[in-house]
Order: sequence, then structure tokens, then C-alpha cells
Amino acid sequence: MTFDIADRVERVPPSGIRRFFELAEEMDDIISLGVGEPDFSAPWAAREAAIASLEQGKTSYTANRGRSDLREAISAHVADRYGLEYEADDEILVTAGASEGIDLAYRALVDPGDTVAVVQPCYVSYVPGSIFSGGNVLDVPTKAEDEFKLTYEALQASGAEDADVLVLCYPNNPTGATMTGEELKPVAEFAREHDLVVFSDEIYADLTYEHEHTSIATLPGMRERTVVFNGFSKAYAMTGLRLGYAMAPPEATTAMNRIHQYTMLSAPTTAQYAAIEALRTCDDEVASMKAEYNRRRNFVLSRFEEMGVDCFPAAGAFYAFPESPWDDAGEFAEALLQEEGVAVVPGTAFGTGGEGHLRVSYATGLGDLKEAMARIEKFIS
Amino acid sequence: MSTRDEVLELLRENARYTVEDIARQVGTDAETVEETIADLEADGVLRGYRAVVDWDQVDRERVRAAVELNVTLDRETSYNDVAERIAKFPMVESLHLVSGDYDFMMEVEGESMSKVSHFISEKVAPVPEITQTVTHYVMESYKENGIEFGDGDDDDRLSVSP
Repeated sequence: MTFDIADRVERVPPSGIRRFFELAEEMDDIISLGVGEPDFSAPWAAREAAIASLEQGKTSYTANRGRSDLREAISAHVADRYGLEYEADDEILVTAGASEGIDLAYRALVDPGDTVAVVQPCYVSYVPGSIFSGGNVLDVPTKAEDEFKLTYEALQASGAEDADVLVLCYPNNPTGATMTGEELKPVAEFAREHDLVVFSDEIYADLTYEHEHTSIATLPGMRERTVVFNGFSKAYAMTGLRLGYAMAPPEATTAMNRIHQYTMLSAPTTAQYAAIEALRTCDDEVASMKAEYNRRRNFVLSRFEEMGVDCFPAAGAFYAFPESPWDDAGEFAEALLQEEGVAVVPGTAFGTGGEGHLRVSYATGLGDLKEAMARIEKFIS
Repeated sequence: MSTRDEVLELLRENARYTVEDIARQVGTDAETVEETIADLEADGVLRGYRAVVDWDQVDRERVRAAVELNVTLDRETSYNDVAERIAKFPMVESLHLVSGDYDFMMEVEGESMSKVSHFISEKVAPVPEITQTVTHYVMESYKENGIEFGDGDDDDRLSVSP
């Protein structure tokens, strides 16, 4: 017999990243600017807290929603940092990475046939997540001339007024675009006018370099319709520990928790201990990693300018999103990898709107970054 | 952070960054960086640039010792006077006045244990104000000037990831 793969799985398109991963894996001594995670390790204090928790035998499940002291710490942290007010008891759900939170939100809040407007280019899980829950994906492409910010007009032009859910991510992966509170206002207005639920992935919230992060949930009338996702992967360099959190009014987190309690039970306990310590004592390390990213960002943007490669000044995350020197970004990325051993990811791997662009991650030490940029310069000249 | 502070921080991270690379990272031009470095030098903020060496990886022997020094002062002699006198010896790598059980913490570097011992017994101990020396020879170095001497962590991330 053969397995009959479920339709909803068959409907998910193959990953555009996977192909580059396979090409890159075949080659030796490449410099990869294709990595979507920090090059730092988690702060030592957080790692040590995780080790200590293991030594003390803290290896059992936690409460479904996560340890209450962690939820209290998260509640205080987001209030202090972003002015987000969420009750630790029933409005915060600790998940296995922000990715799990996003998956839970889809499954808890999207019915088959609902329309999910996905702002693109975007992280690779939003479209499949919608498909898994039976939602119809509506592409909302952002444009290079808007520096990949979401505008009221872009929402209108894509017909998002008929959508049920709007999924967005700022600071953005793959573009590095950020949005100020002012720029988010028209988006919030659109969501209120058309009664959209908003999924706001704010995993890169701590990594903004030109202005402070504003959460769309802090704008008038938005808290009651928004699920905010954040976590420890990016700012705290804890990707492999798999720890994130979702924040929303009680009815949403309760529904999400109903799935979480059966499918995940609780987020990894060891990671929860690391996270508590990270929130308690690691602000300085987060700040110094952020300062380092900013220097690399300046470096990469300067180098692209010197090469005559068009690149908007991406102000967040750890990505630059330059225009591809060749029309076909996929061909360029493949040739660059094969000729010069430098891996970048074509924008098309992140959905519509990414055509003709390349995602260049600067989550790499300056030495490698310098060498990679020199090779790119050589390759295009 | 001011450009001056940024430049200082980058030089602390790696004094071999070119002025162009510093300029790119700070978001300014090379001339500004040149001027900033010249100012930092003129103001006595930047006192020098040296390599951090792991002597275990070098064939030549190199001996290091941390030495505690106790002194007694009189009306005519201050800590500064004693310090200046000791610091002039080239074998003294660093010298700090510290709080606690002793007065000065001194690091000495030499080609052999006997050279270091001789230096302490013949040059340092005889200084009239110095009443006691306690010498700790360094057996193994793990970290210096913020740089760890381990094998370093390999980048074990996936080469391409979303």
C-alpha cells in the first residue's frame, strides 16, 4: 500500500528555501548570508539558568500556559518595552517558539473557507499555516517603492476588505522593513473598518535601529482584535530552545490553549527557566547584540551603496533586501553561490512582492561579512 | 552613542579594523574616523594598540606572573611615586593600585621563570617602600583582554534557513 497524503498537506507549495539549502550543503567553504537566525549563542546567564534547572531535576511539564513566574515576567517586560498590557493569568500563552503560537492562532481562529490576507513577502510559515486550517490565502504584496511597508492602498488594491484575518510581521523577515506607530495607523484603521482580526508577528520587535518598535495592538481599537506573537529566538539568540509566546484577549488565548494543551501540553521546561533568567538579567547582552547588528547593517548598506546596488535602508531584524543585480534573483543567487561560494536567498522564496530582490542576512561576523561583500562586488563587476 | 564612543568601542573590539570599515559600521566617512582616532590619541584616551597572543601556541617560552605588592608610605612618598618607579621596568606588563589585602597588583612577563624571579627579587623587592611581594606564576591562560583562548565555537547553524 502507499500512504495517501492528506489534501491540505499536498496543497502546500514546496519551500523555495529548501532548494538553496540543498545547493549550499553540497559545497564546502561557503559564506552564508542565508541564515535566518542569530550567529550569537544565548546569553550565558540564560544558558546557565537552564543548566541549573536540569541539575535541580526540573524536567517535568509546566502549566499548559507556561510557568506563572515566566508569564508574569513576560507581562511586565512587554508593558515596559512596548506599552502592551496583558494579564499573565489568561492573556499570555507560552509556546514552543512563536511558530507554534502562529499555528495555534490559525487553528483556533480560522475556519475552512475564511480568507486570510497575508502581507508579503513574509516568513515562510504564514501561507502553509493558513492552508492547514483550510483558510483561503489572499496575497497582499508590499512594494519596493514603499520600502516594503504595508499601506492602506496596498490593502485596498489586494481586496483585503473581504478578509477575515490579516497576517503581518514588522520588523519584517525577509525585508528588514519596520513600521512606525504613525505608519501603522492607516493599517489599524483598515482593520477596524473591515472588522479584521490581526495576527501580528513581532518576533523581531527588539531589533529596530532607527526608531522604537510600536505594536499594532497598542493602537486604538486594536487590542481586542489582535493576537501578538513574540519570543526569545531572535533578540535573545535562543532559536534552538524553542520558546515564544502569544498575547491576546482571554477568549483567543483560551481557544489556542485548548489545542496547545492536547498537542504540546507545555512549552519546553528547560527553555522556560532560561527565558525567566533572560528577562531578569540579560538586557545588557541583548543591547550589545543589537548594537553589533546595527554596525553590520551600516556596513552592508554602505557596501551595497558603494557597489551601486539599490538597497533601501532596512531598519529592523537582521536582513537587508537589495534589488537583485540580475532580473532573475533566483538565477543570480544560484550563480553567486556556485561561482563565489556566497549564499543569499532570492526574495521569491518569501512569497509575492519579493521578486527581483535578495535577502541578505547580516547575522554573521564582520570578517565573513566583509569577505562575502567583496565577493559579491567582484561577481557583479 | 556618539561617533567618538562608537569608534572607541569598535577599536576595543578589533584595533585592526580599517578606518573605512569603521566608517561603514558607524555610518560616517573615513576622514571623520581618522580625525576621531587622532583626537582620541591626542586626548590620551587611546594609549596604544597591541596584539593578544596565546603564548601556548608559540614555540618560545614566555612566563607570566601576577605579583602582589605591599608598601609602606612616608610623608615624602606617595603611591604614585612608588608606582612610577616600578612601572618604568619593561618587564612590568601592568600595574594597578587595588583595594583589599595588598596595595599593588602587578603583572610581569619574561622569557623564563628565573628571569622573572630575578627581576622581582633584584629590582622590585629592594625598593625601600615595598615591604612584601607575593608572586603567582600563571599556569594556564583562558581569556585575555576579553578574548577567550578556547578552540572557539563552530558555526553549527543550518547554512540556509528561513
